[in-house]
Amino acid sequence: MTPMPVRELVRPYVAAFASRFLQMLQYRTAALAGFGTQCWWGGIKVMVLAAFYGGASMAGTPMSLAQAITYSWLSQGLLVLVPWLGDPEVAQAVRTGAVAYDRLRPVDAYALWFVRSAGWIAARALPRVALMAVFAAVALPLAGLGDWAWQPPASLAAAIAFLASAVLALLLSTAMVMLLNIATVAALNERGINALAGPVVIVFSGNLLPLVLLPDAWQAALLMQPFAGVVDIPARLYFGLMSGPHALAGLGLQCFWIAVLVALGHAAMDRTMRRLEVQGG
Amino acid sequence: MGSIALLARLVKASLGGQARYPASALMLTLGQFLGTGIEVIAVWALFHRFGEVQGWRLGEVALFYGLVNCMFAVADALGRGFDTLGTEFLRTGAFDRLLLRPRPVALQLMGHDFRISRAGRLLQGGLVLAFATVQADIGWTPAAVGIALFALAGGVALFLGILVLQGTLSFWTVESLEIANVLTYGGVQAAQYPLALYAQWFRRVLTFIVPLACVAYYPALAILGKPDPLGAPAWVGMASPLAGFVFLAAAFGAWRIGLRHYASTGS
Repeated sequence: MTPMPVRELVRPYVAAFASRFLQMLQYRTAALAGFGTQCWWGGIKVMVLAAFYGGASMAGTPMSLAQAITYSWLSQGLLVLVPWLGDPEVAQAVRTGAVAYDRLRPVDAYALWFVRSAGWIAARALPRVALMAVFAAVALPLAGLGDWAWQPPASLAAAIAFLASAVLALLLSTAMVMLLNIATVAALNERGINALAGPVVIVFSGNLLPLVLLPDAWQAALLMQPFAGVVDIPARLYFGLMSGPHALAGLGLQCFWIAVLVALGHAAMDRTMRRLEVQGG
Repeated sequence: MGSIALLARLVKASLGGQARYPASALMLTLGQFLGTGIEVIAVWALFHRFGEVQGWRLGEVALFYGLVNCMFAVADALGRGFDTLGTEFLRTGAFDRLLLRPRPVALQLMGHDFRISRAGRLLQGGLVLAFATVQADIGWTPAAVGIALFALAGGVALFLGILVLQGTLSFWTVESLEIANVLTYGGVQAAQYPLALYAQWFRRVLTFIVPLACVAYYPALAILGKPDPLGAPAWVGMASPLAGFVFLAAAFGAWRIGLRHYASTGS
């Protein structure tokens, strides 16, 4: 076989990503409904955080109130990055037996599902985070609630590091969603898996609370575990809480977990697909 | 057969159906237990870091939290039929079948899908209540138990009312709108902290429009024997859960208007 040029090799994956991305962008009502829910949620979080910060001396807190508030809006905006659900399209393919078609395509099955799931996540994340930024960074100060506003990043370097980290967070999240997808294929049903995965991911990604606000004794372990790369590390870079060599270490940690989880997912997928019995027709 | 007996029969049938898949039911219950339990971690971690919040201690907030989760668990089990009305009944046309039966539609919906898994949230709320009892040294006198049960009843009525309104809305939208989660799950989220923490406009919303404070905050103050930092007199907590029933009655009023508006999708 003659080696194909790289462009030819990646073409089907780019096409799969783009089609899923554009398809998911069509669900505008869903994006608006999600945005409304997240504003309410973020608002409650902000009021509760402000109350807790209000009474305490600031000496012991590793994050200022303004940062904690910005963190809340940011993590609400990036909510769909948190990998608590497998890709419903994969779950449906498993249930209907359409997964058999994917087995026949002359492409790497893991890579194909990976780019599709990445498109699914990215297309839901972008409109929501943009709406949230307009609401919390522009509308709130205009409404006289400047104390509750989304603050800009610490510096230009922090902004660039954050953007790089957000892209890595998307890849990391997709690698985790892939593990959920594969578990769905093995179990033939997604409900139980999703129900158990959710709580773990929400706590350890930092979506529930900024990880630095959890007890000090846990901090080293909290930073090293893979879920920190989904929300918490990008947020730390945004605030400049990690800068210089620490910022590079943060990005490196994300890359490390992406590599580990992709390798794990690839191996698990090969194994599962060899045993798969297609039920539908 | 009387209405109560019929509801009991429907609930029993629904539970029996779910019990046929014990592993699935168990996993979903465990998922509910863990999923609703993560909020406990947030509350605990905030108190661990900050010590207290405007004079409220962990044990006191645990009482709000436990009460509100118990209320919602029961209401969510009863109101599932209203929650899925759009997708499961209206869009499919199955709603016409309910209308043909000579029994109240609302009753049939309440018994439609009584979820075992909601026991996970109930158990979690109960455990937090037990924790609150120890931590805040709550004396469960007959009066305190009475207030708690009254508050629970009012809270179940209020959350059921929210679900009925969500169902009513789907007569017009023909789908189940997730935006209602703002009031159900978001309501739980809001009511599990003391009302006094919030901004004034939000306190008014939670007292007069969606009276979550009336079924959780004021009765819990009465149980704790704590004066309201906002200055409400002590008797308020003994009467305020009535607001939950008023809300439910209003929701059923809206429901009847929606029902009259209903036209079958014809499928």
